[in-house]
Order: sequence, then C-alpha cells, then structure tokens
Amino acid sequence: MLVQQTKAEFLKLWRVPAFSATSLLLPLVFYSFIGIGQASQVMQGGVRFGAYFLASMAVYAVANVMIFSFGISVATERGMKMDLLMRATPLPPLVYLLSRCVTAVVFAGLTLVVLFPFAYIAGDVRLDASVWFTLAYRVLLGSIPFIALGFAIGYLSGPNSAVAVINLVYLPTAFASGLFFPKQLLPQIIQNISPYLPLYRFGQLGWNAIGYPTSENVTADWLYLAGYGVVFFAIAVWAYRREESRKFS
Amino acid sequence: MAPAAELLDATKKYGEIEALRGVTIRIDLGDVVAMLGPNGAGKTTSISLLLGLRKPTSGKALLFGLEPTNLLVRSRVGVMLQESGVPAMLKVREIVDLFRSYYPTPLPRDRAIAMAGLDEKANALVKELSGGQRQRLYFALAVCGDPDVLFLDEPTVGMDVEGRRSFIDRIAEFARMGRTVVLTTHYLEEADQLAKRVIVIDRGVVIADAPPAEIKSKVAGRRVRFIAPAVSEKDFEGLPVTAVSITDHRVQLLTNRPEAVLRDLFQRGVEISELEVAGADLEDAFIAMTSH
Repeated sequence: MLVQQTKAEFLKLWRVPAFSATSLLLPLVFYSFIGIGQASQVMQGGVRFGAYFLASMAVYAVANVMIFSFGISVATERGMKMDLLMRATPLPPLVYLLSRCVTAVVFAGLTLVVLFPFAYIAGDVRLDASVWFTLAYRVLLGSIPFIALGFAIGYLSGPNSAVAVINLVYLPTAFASGLFFPKQLLPQIIQNISPYLPLYRFGQLGWNAIGYPTSENVTADWLYLAGYGVVFFAIAVWAYRREESRKFS
Repeated sequence: MAPAAELLDATKKYGEIEALRGVTIRIDLGDVVAMLGPNGAGKTTSISLLLGLRKPTSGKALLFGLEPTNLLVRSRVGVMLQESGVPAMLKVREIVDLFRSYYPTPLPRDRAIAMAGLDEKANALVKELSGGQRQRLYFALAVCGDPDVLFLDEPTVGMDVEGRRSFIDRIAEFARMGRTVVLTTHYLEEADQLAKRVIVIDRGVVIADAPPAEIKSKVAGRRVRFIAPAVSEKDFEGLPVTAVSITDHRVQLLTNRPEAVLRDLFQRGVEISELEVAGADLEDAFIAMTSH
C-alpha cells in the first residue's frame, strides 16, 4: 500500500514538468548564472565561492521541493475534491501522509543528485567525500520543517492561489536569507531580520557543512529549525483540523 | 447478522439547514437499492453519513454494525462519489492499481478495467479521458477492491442516453455477483431497471420505500400545460390530477391520464389553447407526490 501510494505520488509530481523541471533545473540555472563566474573566489575560512554557492543552492532546491510538492499537491487535490474520494477508501491517512513525505524526500534527493555533479564539473567544486555527505544529510534532515510549512500552505490556500502564495513567501525569504547573495551584500535592515528566518538557519547548516565559518554554532541552527518545525507543524495541524470540521463533520 | 448499511433516525443539519430529518433505512447484504429524490432531498447526505464522510447531527449511521470510518469496514465498501477528482497525471491502470492496493482481496487489474469498459484506455492518462470515460474510471475504482457493498452517488450524471444504458448494465452485472448496491439517481428508469427496492427521499425524510413498480404507480407520468382564459381551481375537482398551478391563465398540472383529464375539461366547457403534453420529469413527479 505504502509502496503503491508512494509510486503514485511520485509519478504525479514527476509528470508535471512545471514542478519537476523547475525543481531539478532551476538550481542549476541559478548556479550557472551566479555561482560559476566567481566560483574560484576565495571567501572567509578559505572557502571558494563555488562551494559556498553550492551549499546555498542545495538548501534552496531542497526547501523548494518540500514546500512546493506539499503545498501545491495538497491545495490542488482539495480543489478537485480528491480528498473526499480518498477519505472514503480504506487508505489510512497516515500512509497517505507518509507516502507524501517519502516522495518529497526522494525528489529532494534527486535535486541533489543533479546539483552535486553539476557543481563538481561546472563549478570545479572539490570536497571530501565526508563533506559531500554531511551537506546532503543536513539539507535533507533540515528540510523537515518545510514539509510542515508546505502542508500548512496547502490547507490554507486555494488550488489557484497556492503557487502565488508560495512564490510570494519563498522567493523573497530565500533572498533575505542570503541564499542568492551572501548576507553581507543585503541592505542592513534585511541583515537584521535574516537571522530569524528559517531559511537562513537552514542555509547556515549548509554553509557550515562545507567549512564556511558561520556566526553561531550549528546546534543553535538546529534548535531554531526545530522550533520553526514545531510552529509550522502546529499551523498545519490547525489548518487540517479546520478543514476537517468544515468539510467532514 | 448486522445489516450491510443502516441509518437509525439520522438527522443532519448544515448550519440552519436541515438536510435530513430523522431517516431510518436498513439495507441488507445482497439488496440492490435506488435512492430517488429531487435535488437537495438528502440523498447525497444519506450516502455521506453511511460512508462516514459526514457525521449525523443525531441518530446513527452504521456499516456492518460498525462506525463507517472503521478502516476494516471501509475495505468492504466501494464508492463512486459525485464530482470527486482523481489525479490527472496518472494512467488509468496506475490509478486502478493504486486503489487496488488499498483493499485486502482486490479484483485483478484488467478485470476491474474491463468491468468498467475501459480496456482501450488502460494506458491513457486520466486527463485524456472524456467525461463519460472518467465516470467509468470512477466505477472501476469503486469495484476494483471487490467490495461487498457498492455506493454510487448519481453515477450516470452527465452521460448521454446510450452511455447511461450501458453503464446501468455494468452496475447490474456487478449486482448479479450477489453484491449490495446502493445508488442515488434522478432517473426513474434507472431505478426501475436496476433496483429491487426504491427509497424515495424528499426534504430530508423517507416518503416511500417499496419495489419500483409500486413507486411508479404513484408517480404522475405526464405534465400537461395549456392556456385557458377562464379557468379556476374548481374546474379540476374530481379529476385525476396533481400539482395544479394556474398563473396568468397559464395552467400546469401532472397526471397519469392526460386524455381523460382533457376530455373532462372540454366537457366542462373549458377553452384551451397552446396545449402541450410532455413526460413529467421526476422532479415534477416528486413535487406531485409530496404536495398533496
């Protein structure tokens, strides 16, 4: 059941090029435009910009998958009243949720499978095997709060507005968190805000993994993310319950 | 043994609106039941309660004597809902396989697809299906788990006459396997062809529960319209008519015997113009059934 459901969830996403192509290729495009030109520039701690920006894009790509895959599919299925039919089947809701999570993680993994070799070749990024690994597992693990965020957005916004809402929230925060340009280049006011943004904390985990000296220790970043995770999860559960009581009571 | 499906004095309010006002229905294993009624009568609400998609405001809804939300109970039930969507980017055989995986002893995939008459479309994406084909896909999804009870909420809505007929045949085929079928419909012919028992619901209450022939005899079959400059309610006294309405000399009524009614009206000296006799649709007929 779980296998079939996950397979179906994966195909559903994979066959929508607007999702699969953008989540797999957009990070490569950004990396080409921003990362490659200055890849050899050396930053603090002797880290090359190519590696720094790889970490940025890994964080960007994975969080993007989490928010979009959940947000849009939940919103669309609510719009199509698919949730109604699913609820009448013997499929346990937990299996449904789990299959979505597995799919999102697999998809996020795929973006890394594409991004890492690209950075290796085009950005001439050379890292120890253990560093590649640390980067990968940190961005996958750190993305969990964003699953909950996507879920919450999916339940709070309509099928047509979900994309707009997500872009409106995600792109500006990605900029403000220094995922496209290092934080130091941002306006002072944004710099003051960014430490409180979940994506910034998520970014710190990535930059730290490739050896960039981040301002606080990694434990603080994990704790921040865990805190955001709890908040997002609470919102998601609240939104889900609200929907329950409206549609199914 | 507990009945397959049961509503016990069930009521349902949506805010101020009373969709069901004390409905008791018992459906035994092997029954083939049609629920008839005009729009908003409470058919879909009854089905929703039985499926556990909605909770009764008071009273009970049970499947096999248990709560309908119980997953074991659900694994014995197949469902076709009104206007529910399925993922557009999956192929027919993929989504049938997906739904099969929810059930403990599903039908073979090709069999389920064949039962719905979708053999040629097995490899098509859902988004490529026509409206009627999509409806048949829902049927395949409803039967693929080889359920004991099949709930079909207006399964033929939006189909043409031909499509409806062949679809009804497919449901009948499933019922012949000894399964319980509960369907809601607007169409009296469907109930007649398929069901051994018809439950008529109107304004949230059951107003009839009987074999189709018995129900049909109660339903006025013709709608008669005409213009009569000098006519009053009195002229219709003693005639086999129901739901007479007169507005601005325009008369509308329902009857099973239009010839007799018109003959009597002529004898009473009623002048008639622009006469129109048409088959009453069920909506009209139910108004007739409930308005006297």
